[in-house]
Amino acid sequence: MDFNDTPQEATFRAEVQNWLTANVPTEAELTGLDYIGRAKLWQKKKHDAGWACIRWPKAHGGRDASAIEQVIFNQEEAKFDTPAGIFAIGQGMCAPTMMTWATEEQNRRFMPPMASGEEVWCQLFSEPAGGSDLAALRTKGVKDGDDWIVNGQKIWTSGAHYSDFGVLVLRTDPEAPKHQGLTYFFLDMKSPGIEIKPIRQISGGANFNEVYFTDVRIPDAQRLGNVGQGWQVALTTLMNERASIGGGGGGVNFDSVFELAQSVDLGERPAIEDPSVRRKLADWYVQEAGLKFTGYRSMTALSKGEIPGPENSIGKLVGAPKQQDMASFALDLLEQAGVIWDEKLSERAGLFQATYMASPGLRIAGGTDEIMANIIAERVLGMPQDIRVDKGIPFSEVPTASS
Amino acid sequence: MNFEFSDEQNMLREQAQSFLKAECPPQAVRTVLDGDAAFDQSLWQKVVDMGWTATVIPEQYDGLGLTYLELSVIAEELGRCLAPLPFSSSVYLATEAILAAGSDAQKAAWLPKLAAGAVMGCLADSEANGHLTAAKLSTRYADGTITGVKLPVADGDVADFAVVVASSAAGPVLALVDLNQPGCQRQVVSTLDPSRSHAAITFDGASAELLGEAGSGWIQLQQLYNRAAVLFAWEQVGGADTALNMAKEYALGRFAFGRPIATYQAIKHKLAAAYVKNTLARGNCYFGAWALSTNASELPVAAASARVAAIQAYYYAAKENIQTHGGMGFTWEFDCQFPYRRSKLLSVNIGSEAIWQEKLISAIEAQRAA
Repeated sequence: MDFNDTPQEATFRAEVQNWLTANVPTEAELTGLDYIGRAKLWQKKKHDAGWACIRWPKAHGGRDASAIEQVIFNQEEAKFDTPAGIFAIGQGMCAPTMMTWATEEQNRRFMPPMASGEEVWCQLFSEPAGGSDLAALRTKGVKDGDDWIVNGQKIWTSGAHYSDFGVLVLRTDPEAPKHQGLTYFFLDMKSPGIEIKPIRQISGGANFNEVYFTDVRIPDAQRLGNVGQGWQVALTTLMNERASIGGGGGGVNFDSVFELAQSVDLGERPAIEDPSVRRKLADWYVQEAGLKFTGYRSMTALSKGEIPGPENSIGKLVGAPKQQDMASFALDLLEQAGVIWDEKLSERAGLFQATYMASPGLRIAGGTDEIMANIIAERVLGMPQDIRVDKGIPFSEVPTASS
Repeated sequence: MNFEFSDEQNMLREQAQSFLKAECPPQAVRTVLDGDAAFDQSLWQKVVDMGWTATVIPEQYDGLGLTYLELSVIAEELGRCLAPLPFSSSVYLATEAILAAGSDAQKAAWLPKLAAGAVMGCLADSEANGHLTAAKLSTRYADGTITGVKLPVADGDVADFAVVVASSAAGPVLALVDLNQPGCQRQVVSTLDPSRSHAAITFDGASAELLGEAGSGWIQLQQLYNRAAVLFAWEQVGGADTALNMAKEYALGRFAFGRPIATYQAIKHKLAAAYVKNTLARGNCYFGAWALSTNASELPVAAASARVAAIQAYYYAAKENIQTHGGMGFTWEFDCQFPYRRSKLLSVNIGSEAIWQEKLISAIEAQRAA
């Protein structure tokens, strides 16, 4: 057991480090750009030098790199403060789905500009009546000649407002049982009939949107998989969603709360000297270390060219509630000053307040805690699915709140 | 990155699993639990024959000279089958104490016998309710003799010698005491896990020899705990997996309201939570095994992390295993009691959860101050 790279990996890591050191954009290069402009500039720079989406085939704008090389690149890039955030859904979820289900011609058209960041993609799955129960979606697609006509509403669509393309699932046969009446498409987000409304979040941001469709036309050529096969195609996207959303990364972590406990008093002494504070910190440290070393085990499998085991499926389920609890605890340690959320006045420019307000979303996005626990029970432990009252009957007859 | 056991170590695991499946089924635990024997003697002899007691003992003392990674594999598998053996006392504690602090003569006298299973050792630390501190030690070492009472001593009724923690004029000491002498009175005490036996030992001027320097006993003891914590944690993780599997198998086969209880989210979420805790504990155990096998300066942090995570995981899996079984889990007839008993025994040996949480934060403070 060791933590070392193989000689080949070490060479690769050095190459990555050298390139990043020379090319990570300076503040001067980024001045005047908003977060979208900054992210696009950095992505283009990576792509031009062959460092974008390195796991993808060269013909699709990638580098034909291995899974462990991708991990190494991510680790090294994370050491720099690089503009990020707007490509994760397209590159992490839409791309694997396209590469599995689209034609080679389509992939040669769409993947390179996605890799270079020139075209941004979003994912239109959830609906007001279909969240955790995604397959209950009801946005309708009706065939009309060589097109499909779309009517309905999607919700929680991250980045719809700056996206050029999107993937979506439609109900194309309401008389078929729930999972069998769905069909999967990709579409141009600038198509006539699409209206995008931002949703204001409790955290203050507005990254999510409602997307309304009124007689939007999608060419049949942009269908992925067969008519009625949409659920199977969607699973490709979802599997990658859960792989790419971490929840254990940024935000509040052991270090930030430990340092806070050293700097504030609890009663007559520094909080870090209080046994109840120490016990809580110990538990969080153990969780954080457990996730880290579980990740190392997965990396080891990748390094050997093997597929990692199911261990990493715990990441979001542990990471998201942990962030919420740690942020809440940090605010308690700050006592009355904990309510102040001000970049200048707050400890760490408001990190604890921001995490407290953002963490409820982390526990929901990409599969709620409850859905993640179901996934572990069903896919890892092999327990059966819950009994479903909507199974085997036409979707139009499935009970709803209004029926 | 090579954060995994080697192919040879995985072969050892497969071999250990098939051996223990045949030699240590739940019935073997039950026999010791229900009977008068202190441990499973025939299993002990087989474990000795497999060389497991000799794992990390150097070849010059008739050991196998393997690493703590191999011993970690064995610990996890012994934990998985809840082996009714004095293995932790003799191997993780007594053998380790001699390896760490024994003189050449002491090593030559004891290690070959420990390797061959000719003797068993134990650690005599606890004296009363609550955590042992150096200031509270009432057992006294003076002029080559030990006087005092140790209660309880895990496997103290069957061990041939004890590593005794005692005070002395020079400060705390560790002393080697042959338990088969007139100055040692041993009495079996009843415990909540009768598949692992415990004793009260009264030392009345028993002859003893110092292990390591006089006055360094407390530091030695903490180092010994740190090393043993990793191996205890592996046993705990193995046992936690067993408890989770028992619960899962039962939930799959038990029907209520016309369906397997494994289809209910209340049950699934409980077992998913156990899987999460076991996985986190295992991740920490890997780091502990690495730190132990490389003598890394991270050992205090790694050992405490593994120990805290493993205590929490085993307790959760063991109690929720009974809960998943419903009333049957509460019967003597069912095996759910084994992990429930063992999880508590292993968590109060060598210091309990709160102690290790405190050690973890202290170790992190020390690491960051350095």
